[in-house]
Amino acid sequence: MTETNIGAPVKRVEDKRFLTGRGRYTDDLNQPNQLYASILRSPHAHANLKKVDVSQAKAAPGVIDIFTGSDMAADEVGSLPCGWQIHSKDGSPMNEPGHPPMAVSKVRHVGDQVAIVIAETKSQARDAMEQIAVDYEVLPAAVNMDEALSGKALVHDDVPNNMCFDWEIGDKEATENSFSDAHKVVSIELINNRLIPNAMEPRAAVAQFDPSSGNYTLHTTTQNPHVIRLLMGAFVLQIPEHKLRIISHDVGGGFGSKIFHYAEEAILTWASAKVSQPIKWTAERSESFVTDAHGRDHETKADLALDKDGKFLGLRVSTKANIGAYLSTFGSSVPTYLYGTLLAGVYKTPAIYCEVKTVFTNTVPVDAYRGAGRPECTYLLERLVDKAAKETGIDPVEIRRINMIQPDQFPYQTPVALQYDVGDYPKAFETALKASDYEGFSSRREKSEGNGKKRGIGISTYIEACGIAPSAVAGALGARAGLYESAQVRVHPTGSVTLYTGTHNHGQGHETTFAQIVSDTLGIAFDQVEVSHGDTGEVQFGMGTYGSRSLAVGGPAVLKACNKIIDKAKKIAAHILEASEADIDFKDGVFSVSGTDRELAFGEVSLAAYVPHNYPIEELEPGLDENAFYDPLNFSFPAGCHICEVEIDPETGEVEVTDFTAVDDIGRVINPMIVEGQVQGGVAQGIGQALMEGCVYDKEGQLLTGSYMDYTMPRADNLPNLNVSTESVLGASNPLEVKGVGEVGSIGAPPAVINAILDALSSLGVEDISMPASPSKVWQAIHNA
Amino acid sequence: MPTVSMTVNGENVSSEVEPRTLLVQYLRENLGLTGTHVGCDTSQCGACVVHVNGKSAKSCTMLAVQAEGSEVSTIEGLADGDTLHPMQEAFRENHGLQCGFCTPGMVMSAIDLVQTNSNPSEQDVREWLEGNLCRCTGYHNIVKSILAGAKTMQG
Repeated sequence: MTETNIGAPVKRVEDKRFLTGRGRYTDDLNQPNQLYASILRSPHAHANLKKVDVSQAKAAPGVIDIFTGSDMAADEVGSLPCGWQIHSKDGSPMNEPGHPPMAVSKVRHVGDQVAIVIAETKSQARDAMEQIAVDYEVLPAAVNMDEALSGKALVHDDVPNNMCFDWEIGDKEATENSFSDAHKVVSIELINNRLIPNAMEPRAAVAQFDPSSGNYTLHTTTQNPHVIRLLMGAFVLQIPEHKLRIISHDVGGGFGSKIFHYAEEAILTWASAKVSQPIKWTAERSESFVTDAHGRDHETKADLALDKDGKFLGLRVSTKANIGAYLSTFGSSVPTYLYGTLLAGVYKTPAIYCEVKTVFTNTVPVDAYRGAGRPECTYLLERLVDKAAKETGIDPVEIRRINMIQPDQFPYQTPVALQYDVGDYPKAFETALKASDYEGFSSRREKSEGNGKKRGIGISTYIEACGIAPSAVAGALGARAGLYESAQVRVHPTGSVTLYTGTHNHGQGHETTFAQIVSDTLGIAFDQVEVSHGDTGEVQFGMGTYGSRSLAVGGPAVLKACNKIIDKAKKIAAHILEASEADIDFKDGVFSVSGTDRELAFGEVSLAAYVPHNYPIEELEPGLDENAFYDPLNFSFPAGCHICEVEIDPETGEVEVTDFTAVDDIGRVINPMIVEGQVQGGVAQGIGQALMEGCVYDKEGQLLTGSYMDYTMPRADNLPNLNVSTESVLGASNPLEVKGVGEVGSIGAPPAVINAILDALSSLGVEDISMPASPSKVWQAIHNA
Repeated sequence: MPTVSMTVNGENVSSEVEPRTLLVQYLRENLGLTGTHVGCDTSQCGACVVHVNGKSAKSCTMLAVQAEGSEVSTIEGLADGDTLHPMQEAFRENHGLQCGFCTPGMVMSAIDLVQTNSNPSEQDVREWLEGNLCRCTGYHNIVKSILAGAKTMQG
């Protein structure tokens, strides 16, 4: 059975349905008597809603009803909540203006919801939507952060200067002192470009209300159905949880963008009761661009103090973070505790201070996107380290070696709150240098030069905190909920198992990896395990999948539930085998009496648990079905080194990524095939951020990159084969010894790419380039140098 | 409303449709063949690729009535009972899919590539996929899958 155990590259269980067109994505589902919704959205970034006249549209063919924000307000529908409270430097809580699911008096970004049209067919809903007459009083928009901070245009009337909060972390005084002692100070200013996540499946929802029972069912494209049930039920619609079922079977990619409780979920659920018929809504891609939460969008100035040997003495960071028009579910945690706390990176910098001004603007809300805060942090650090290497004349490899935390320094307390549990950063670093043939680079450069091309190599190390989260720590940092994860292992009478997990699979392969954990732990055949997720009607509770938490938090819950099963099964076996429980051994799915040949197979014990003739009924209840909740001791800390090699055509400015090497320490590997896929996908998104992707608003707040014609997604011919491997130190903060892998690629890749470009162009005098490093930008940089 | 007739996965189908009905809508909504997906509204993503008369086509970019009299095949029609088509099998073997949403379009597109070019190079595959977006895999394993699938299809 070893070919399916933990550590084996088991082929995925979920693939067959996807490969044969039998997935169950939300838009694939239809209910009897289903109606269709179209949502009218603001074409303006900022405007007062003077009047929304739906009378003509209501008379259009097939229209059942139309609702606006005023209708929802009349029903006292609540505000979409934010899950993480941040306090400013002065101790005051963040400004948290209301976020009505449909705009009531004002629209605050292009795409903001204005009305929902419900009709018998999709095209009727769409046609009628065009007949709604809205009287907008257009207001000046606050689009970029400087403009917003000037306070000339207020996104929310009650938030002065559009400042959501002004946060800090670290020891300011100690950091300032480190600069007075510095031999050299290196400074950088950079922008972390705003991205649009673009999971390939557009968001969708089907809401259904049963008037006879008062029960609601919402199928929705979410990464965390229980979180949606909790937030929407308790805070927005006041529907008790036993009356509200959220289902998300197959979800076509998330990357963070499907974590959040979106307005459409509440609007559809609420409206389904109004019309007492099921309603389906599916976003068109152009709607996704203006409603799915965006990612990144930081402007940062930072200074690094070094001593005469190139050792880092202090790091001072000042960041402005765009939060968009409203606080999205986790928006406030991203530029703070997922960013500032990682600023030590893999380095021994003794003093760090970071301040972050988070700003409302008339743009789509900004929230977690693959990496969430950690890519912003890593990009800053690794660009700064490369700049320090250049300005001090120390080799970029050497300056990293000099400053890296050493394996004997764990647990390592950083100056920015986190304590790294375990790691070996030099090991992954040196492995990556070898795997990329770093030493042989100069001959490759020579060859490129011979062809009239510029070649460069760039390094990035990174660390991330994932496995969100140790609940008490998260709570102390502002999370409004603990982040336990649950698992239920239900052993059926004949010994097969259904695992119910509170995490969510939207491409990560949990149906395979979690089954590997159960099969390996219980010693039963892999095909005897089925994994159920994504339905609050089946799974008791769960916080879902984000922050690379599924395996690091959900995995140990599975293990814990399996161990409870084994403990109870041992008691049953002891009774049947007439031995004491202490004498029962369990190995490879067999219970035996130590030192004898008396034994029971797993299936014999499970049968006895349900339909016994002979059972310790006085001491033990029948059944073999165990729940477990798990809360990790600490975050887990994947780390690694990514090295990128590029070749640039100076005539056109086109950058080709010729080689990309990723060596990642992700702790124990459950399924190496899936791990490689996760890293490859993340690296592609990272290269996308570095070279292609960038969200552009004009000064009126119109999104200029609102389709795949304008927003450049990485395609197959933009990317090389990726050289991906692991160099793992087992995790120390959970019993599975795992760390997390989903985000490493998008964290490590962008600075490696940009450092490579700057290396290639440094002989031409180019010192800076911003992401995305498009051909025109590179060409311009060459010509301006 | 006009009536449209075509063969879909070997079966004759005929329905009344609104003239503006796209082929992908007809497949998904009228015939319940939801394996063909819609990922964008500008003909860029390729999640909707099917075969029309043996050639790959973006079913979001043609009207159902334009497929009148055509032979259409979709992802649902590829496998032979429990036996996957070699290209489907290659995607499974090589972890060529994650969330699965772009997969039907990728597989249909890949089969057309191999029909056109039975021995594609890696660069051929990467260039052929110009019209298919994937956000999960970084394409590495998709390319690997297609090269492997092409070999098997050659027999």
